[in-house]
Amino acid sequence: MRRVVVTGLGMVSPLACGVEPGWSRLLAGQSGARRIEGFDVSDLACKIAMPVPRGGGDNGSFNPDQWMEPKERRKIDDFILYAVAAAAQALADACWKPSTYEEQIKTGVLIGSGIGGLGGIAETAIVLKERGPRRVSPFFIPGRLINLAAGYVSIQHGLKGPNHSVVTACSSGTHAIGDAGRLVALEDADVMVAGGAESAINRIGIAGFAACRALSTNFNDLPKQASRPYDRDRDGFVMGEGAGCVVLEAYEHAKARGAKIYAELAGYGMSGDAYHITAPQESGDGACRAMAAAIKRAGISPGDIDYINAHGTSTPLGDEIEIRAVERIAGNSGRSLSMSSTKSAIGHLLGAAGAVEAIFSILAIRDQIVPPTLNLDHPSVATEIDLVPHKARKREVEFVLSNSFGFGGTNACLVFKRPQ
Amino acid sequence: MSDVAERVKKIVVEHLGVDADKVIDSANFMEDLGADSLDTVELVMAFEEEFGVEIPDDAAETIVTVGEAIKFLEKASTA
Repeated sequence: MRRVVVTGLGMVSPLACGVEPGWSRLLAGQSGARRIEGFDVSDLACKIAMPVPRGGGDNGSFNPDQWMEPKERRKIDDFILYAVAAAAQALADACWKPSTYEEQIKTGVLIGSGIGGLGGIAETAIVLKERGPRRVSPFFIPGRLINLAAGYVSIQHGLKGPNHSVVTACSSGTHAIGDAGRLVALEDADVMVAGGAESAINRIGIAGFAACRALSTNFNDLPKQASRPYDRDRDGFVMGEGAGCVVLEAYEHAKARGAKIYAELAGYGMSGDAYHITAPQESGDGACRAMAAAIKRAGISPGDIDYINAHGTSTPLGDEIEIRAVERIAGNSGRSLSMSSTKSAIGHLLGAAGAVEAIFSILAIRDQIVPPTLNLDHPSVATEIDLVPHKARKREVEFVLSNSFGFGGTNACLVFKRPQ
Repeated sequence: MSDVAERVKKIVVEHLGVDADKVIDSANFMEDLGADSLDTVELVMAFEEEFGVEIPDDAAETIVTVGEAIKFLEKASTA
């Protein structure tokens, strides 16, 4: 199999539009949490979220007009808009603009999402019930389908290689990058735009996850304190939204065109819990096997991992299971390991989480610094692992592991390596 | 310009994201204004909404220019 490297990054997150402003705010310990304003939350148990900050496009704000014409935007849900923005950033960052037919057919797209156009589905269901089928827009279906994120990106940039999507709940972004890496390694493509996108901060999305008892409800008046992975007072996740995209490229291809290389995608591992639709398996067996598979594929040992970007959603059950699983994998090397949950700052981006977190992991390698776990005042369990409470920390970072575990018991892990 | 023509042209500008000065009576939605087949379905829905009329599919197929839409809707809304 061919070696695969990362040559471009793009991101729209609750901290900012753009990789650099998002990363610097993350390192500065900022949180994207706020009271929900866009819709009625009076009867919802959870009244907070981490939306993408909108504005004129200056100072890291997200201006939709910069990424898609209003005419097109009317037809789609925001997850596609975020994906289009993140993909455009990543391709520009990679300086990859396929123009010849040969370049176009060797460049593909693989973007996942957990739920796709949930908001548009909910709105259209009301239109159908109240006003009948003749009022259902012809853009209802194409603007909601999950693979249309990859579709729009391919059309916008003329990318005629594999066009694919993945739907594995909160692991979607991680699976998308891992699977796209395989497509490059196996020569289905030389370059892949890969990532995840999500926009489920709407009334039905919050109501649905609240019904699963997955969301934080104790911090409605203190939103920035609500996402507190590993802390004893955590009570659920805070929903985020946005998209992350990376440009993956065959090493030789990147080298031949003199591309800057952020990291090598060294390992990818997957597993299934075969246990419960929403709850993580208590033994953490599935998580362990996914991590072990990624580490094995990278050809390293667990002790080589310097930093783990944890799944760490701030739910009571999952966080501790993940810590125990990592301890089991790391063995005696746990004390030299740093692991943080950046969901403390950006919330849970569901199908985009793995992609955005992979980018943070790659930047940890680039800048030799690990981002913090905010609000970790009182860890609920003792561990030798450095959970990077409150403040980012400079340290040597050669290998990083990024974890994602999704509803349905689907686990995916990526290992990135510092470029030589 | 009649009231109907004005309303039709406003809808076309909004839905197709084109400059108002391109929306002349002879403009063909697909050939001149960049609409695709889904855009034309949505345009017809918007006309129905604005004028409170129903445009059957076989009639909709005959409306391919701005002028034809205006003519159809002038007739339909006085009927």
